[in-house]
Amino acid sequence: MSGRVDHGPEPDIEAARALLRDWLSRRLEPAGLAWLTTEAARLAAERGDTALAIAFGLVPRRLGRQMLALSAEESAAAGRCIEGWMPGDWSLADAGRILLLAGLPGRDPAFAPRFRALCQTADVAEAIALYRGLPLYPEPATLEPQVGEGLRSNMRSVFEAIAHRNPYPRRHFDTHRWNHMVLKALFIGSRLAPIQGLDERANEELARIMRDFAHERWAAGRPVPFEIWRCVGPFASGEALADLERVLDTGEAVEQRAAALALAASPDPAAAALLGRLPDLAAEIASGRLGWAVLQ
Amino acid sequence: MMLIDPHAHMISRTTDDYEAMAAAGVVAVIEPAFWLGQPRTNAGSYLDYLSSLVGFERFRAGQFGIRHYCTIGLNSKEANNAELAEAVMELIPRFALKEGVVAIGEIGYDEQTELEDKYFRAQLELANQLDLPVMIHTPHRDKKRGTSRSMDVCVEHGLDPGRVVIDHNNEETVREVLDRGFWAAFSIYPSTKMGNARMVEILRQYGARRVIVDSACDWGISEPLAVAKTAKLALQSGIPEDQVRLACYGNALDAYGQSGQMKESDWLDAPPVDQRALYEGNSILRGGREPVVQAPRDRRSLDDLIIE
Repeated sequence: MSGRVDHGPEPDIEAARALLRDWLSRRLEPAGLAWLTTEAARLAAERGDTALAIAFGLVPRRLGRQMLALSAEESAAAGRCIEGWMPGDWSLADAGRILLLAGLPGRDPAFAPRFRALCQTADVAEAIALYRGLPLYPEPATLEPQVGEGLRSNMRSVFEAIAHRNPYPRRHFDTHRWNHMVLKALFIGSRLAPIQGLDERANEELARIMRDFAHERWAAGRPVPFEIWRCVGPFASGEALADLERVLDTGEAVEQRAAALALAASPDPAAAALLGRLPDLAAEIASGRLGWAVLQ
Repeated sequence: MMLIDPHAHMISRTTDDYEAMAAAGVVAVIEPAFWLGQPRTNAGSYLDYLSSLVGFERFRAGQFGIRHYCTIGLNSKEANNAELAEAVMELIPRFALKEGVVAIGEIGYDEQTELEDKYFRAQLELANQLDLPVMIHTPHRDKKRGTSRSMDVCVEHGLDPGRVVIDHNNEETVREVLDRGFWAAFSIYPSTKMGNARMVEILRQYGARRVIVDSACDWGISEPLAVAKTAKLALQSGIPEDQVRLACYGNALDAYGQSGQMKESDWLDAPPVDQRALYEGNSILRGGREPVVQAPRDRRSLDDLIIE
């Protein structure tokens, strides 16, 4: 199995933490903000795991249950610090919890075992916050095995906290982990579009896995999620083209559009010929009016 | 009528049960930490159990539009394994402040041993410290004395009876529990605890003030629809609707709502944070509306042959 590929641009984690502090200071009541500031300073200086567990647990009781509700401008600023960081649907409690963890030392004491301990006793909301914060934590590479545990969760919301709107997988997963995350997303009825780095980390093995999955679904008489073809397109030739032709011939409108996009992404001239059978879709793709972003 | 089952060991129940409960009007369940029908051999399995109560089971219930709460505690049976009990007592504070934990429980006596007494008292102190209500499991054997003693010890440790639910009552224990100002819960559990016809007579005799009906359904032969069936039988038997609503909904909400972790708005108007965490995607199954649950089918019939 090949190693890590295409990490994307270097993140500015310090700037991201500063943004998070700034957003919270604009939204929290004075008492909640004072509590969070005191706890963050205390936890950054001390080593107590009990103090950490208690503060982490208390966050929603101190900060409330509102959403962070970022403006478009704030969201854009997030993406400039860390490409693919999209905290737009975080709650205030997510943000507070993540800020507490982001300020902890990476070594001495090591952050990874403390992160793991919190994951092992997490309630649903805590688990979501723990994984959403991955791009901001110290020593992020050391957290990868625990993130793998999180992906095995049967709670869709926990899985999506890792897989969706989170730049961590793109940057830190090897190809095997990456491919299985993408496959599981489809398998549990989740979406691929919010996965950051989906096109950059496309690979031939994933294309094969996806085609096998499509054949399994066809054999079972079940619908095939149209996003499968996004992973197949860049490597589509030979039998894969036969699969895409089948979708063009028998799929619903959204599936046909997905197949057309996949054909457009293929380097095989035979794919271009196949796409030529649908001049309207080909024109829409060429003009940029049809892309994966508009398919729902 | 909206119903709450404030004592249900859902970890042992199937998705058919969740569907049937939702269809019968159950909007919320409380799952007390208890044993597994056989003793645990190490604290690690206790940790995973408590973790599933605040995690996966809570999520699983959400898939059926049912809000899941729990109580955290070391049960009386396993308190008799001192080595296990010591280790579990270290875990309890780590879980007691999680979201949706509405009490310390179910704790109390089984055989009324010294070890049971020791850990019962230690957990009452913890409930005081964390400002949480308490759910008391009363013993199956030597029940009347065990129930009185449980209340004595609560008072001795300074607990307000209005924050303590005494569970598994029967005709022999109810009067003292109510007279002393505690909540009196009744588990409608076939053969070993209460039947619902007897429960209706208790409601007729004592009224519904501070009376709570639950199923205590678990891995034994038990009835997840016990609250719904008791409510229906009580209404048919002429118990006024407001009394039935108190015993099968309102009182549980008042008693455990004192934790600050359980509010009617949780199921009538779920906050976006909860919708995201507990329900699939963005669609919420319940929002002050009737539950969207498939028409109940007789899944146990071989005539229902197609599996898709």
